[in-house]
Amino acid sequence: MKKIFSRPESLKDAPFHYCPGCGHSIIHRLVAEVIDELGIREQTVGVPPAGCAVLAYNYFDVDMAEAPHGRAAAVATGIKRILPDRVVFTYQGDGDIAAIGTAETIHAANRGERITAIFVNNAVYGMTGGQMAPTTVLGQVTTTSPGGRVPLRDGHPLDLSEMLGVAAGSVYIERTTVSNPKGIMRTKKAIKKAFMAQLENRGFALVEILSPCPTNWKMTPEQATKWVDETMTKFFPLKVIKDVA
Amino acid sequence: MSGKVLMRGTHVLGEAAIRSGCRAYFGYPITPQNELPEYMAAAFAKMDDAVFVQAESELASINMVMGASIAGARVMTSSSSPGISLKQEGISYLAGMELPAVIVNMMRGGPGLGNIAPAQGDYFQATKGGGHGDYRLIVFAPAYGQEIADMTRAAFDMADKYRNPVMILGDGMMGQMMEPVVFPEPVDPAALPKKEWVLDGAKGRPSRIIRSLWLDTALEEELNWRLVRKYERITEEIPDQEIYMCDDAELIIVAYGTAARVAKGGVHRAREMGLKVGLYRPKTLWPFPSGPLARLSRTLEHIVVFEMSTGQMVEDVRLAVEGRCNVSFYGRPGGSVATPEEIARVLSSTYHRMGSRNHKGSEAHAVRDLSRRAAG
Repeated sequence: MKKIFSRPESLKDAPFHYCPGCGHSIIHRLVAEVIDELGIREQTVGVPPAGCAVLAYNYFDVDMAEAPHGRAAAVATGIKRILPDRVVFTYQGDGDIAAIGTAETIHAANRGERITAIFVNNAVYGMTGGQMAPTTVLGQVTTTSPGGRVPLRDGHPLDLSEMLGVAAGSVYIERTTVSNPKGIMRTKKAIKKAFMAQLENRGFALVEILSPCPTNWKMTPEQATKWVDETMTKFFPLKVIKDVA
Repeated sequence: MSGKVLMRGTHVLGEAAIRSGCRAYFGYPITPQNELPEYMAAAFAKMDDAVFVQAESELASINMVMGASIAGARVMTSSSSPGISLKQEGISYLAGMELPAVIVNMMRGGPGLGNIAPAQGDYFQATKGGGHGDYRLIVFAPAYGQEIADMTRAAFDMADKYRNPVMILGDGMMGQMMEPVVFPEPVDPAALPKKEWVLDGAKGRPSRIIRSLWLDTALEEELNWRLVRKYERITEEIPDQEIYMCDDAELIIVAYGTAARVAKGGVHRAREMGLKVGLYRPKTLWPFPSGPLARLSRTLEHIVVFEMSTGQMVEDVRLAVEGRCNVSFYGRPGGSVATPEEIARVLSSTYHRMGSRNHKGSEAHAVRDLSRRAAG
């Protein structure tokens, strides 16, 4: 019998702890598939975030180093500078990369660090229980914006990827989604391109992935994917933000 | 660079680090230690296998240190008091992840932005934690240029041996002062013992994890006890001190770093006055060299602790002495540096007060008197 589908080699045989309908499981699988397809499992070091994906080291079967909240780009910089022929990727949520880690991320991009950042944007702080994130959209209800996010009090949703696109050292920035099959296919292609940018030693690459969080959005998984497609994409349009060959 | 050379403290530290196999430096400028990153930048620019990054902040730099250590490099960062406060997050993680790294603190006046003058107000921060959680740094306190060179070598070796961050605690004066130094023989980084825990891609082996999160309380407790056992081993193996003119002493002064150099001058002057005084100088601040001080305290009448702070190490001295003799404190915080004459006056007035009063009563008087003297 021909085997047409199996667990990627770069994923351990461990059940995910993620909530039903959460995008992390899909994104983990896509990253692992890309690592397998590029044949870089034995030369890759991953840097998981503080946040829902903090346990990513239990799932990815590559060397994994934990970073303090937001500091993944700096930790990855240290690893990559010592081991320039290895592939280093960070995996970060929106709180991690767009709030506490903004400085580390922008400067890593600006230095053109040869690292790949996977930025999972679910517009909320997931692990801590659904507080407002820098990417929380206007009007969105969270535990710390109970009447909905208003700009005067809470500021605007942060377009981190656009900001990173401005940085001279970034070479590839794309925003995708895993809320529908087409988006998932597109996301995998983007992740592959982001790893390729590193393998070709070109500069900093990042894929921002819009990802449902049914639990903290207090929606069903189905409602959550719909909300990504209909509401989140208005604030965070799906597009290639930068692609410098 | 063989034989004796004349160099300032920060440059001695940089050269000694390179000779100890350090091939990675990450930092952020702050006075008074900028000559150290400048030295590393210039030296590493001429080396193919060395990495220098001026980070965007102290936070970023200590986390780059973390990454380089994870990847197996002998790595260093340096800063001064306010910058070290910013690095504390990363230092706690380094300790929790058991990662070797050398962190230099050329202390300045504080708290807050303070000033750029030499001070010793970061003793508590260096020796009692600084960051969150139950951990200890190994803390070296050089007082002379030659010691900066020797302790830098020891710092890298101890960091690797114990898989623990090590701090070299100096101050602004020490960093600027030029002294003759003989450097240790260079170490070839490639010849250092292989670290079996580094993350360099799981080629031909199972993948590895370096982490600090232990959600299972039993595992976190196990880590904490394992760290304690390591700290106990370090406490047995590395405490070091200089005991100077203490054989016949009735009164000794305890001081470290720059303060100890001033104190030694004070001891010389007091000896010229015919006073039986000596100096006890901790060379490691954590672990604090308690044993020899405890033994000395049995035959002493009095100990004066002198620090360029309002009194921090004095607590460790009192713990070591356990009430066997009187302990008083004399401090010059905020970047003021005492003179040897001043210290001689302190020693002389304490000496002449000794024996004429009930010991327990005299301690409070001595502290008050000396504080007033410091203020005046």
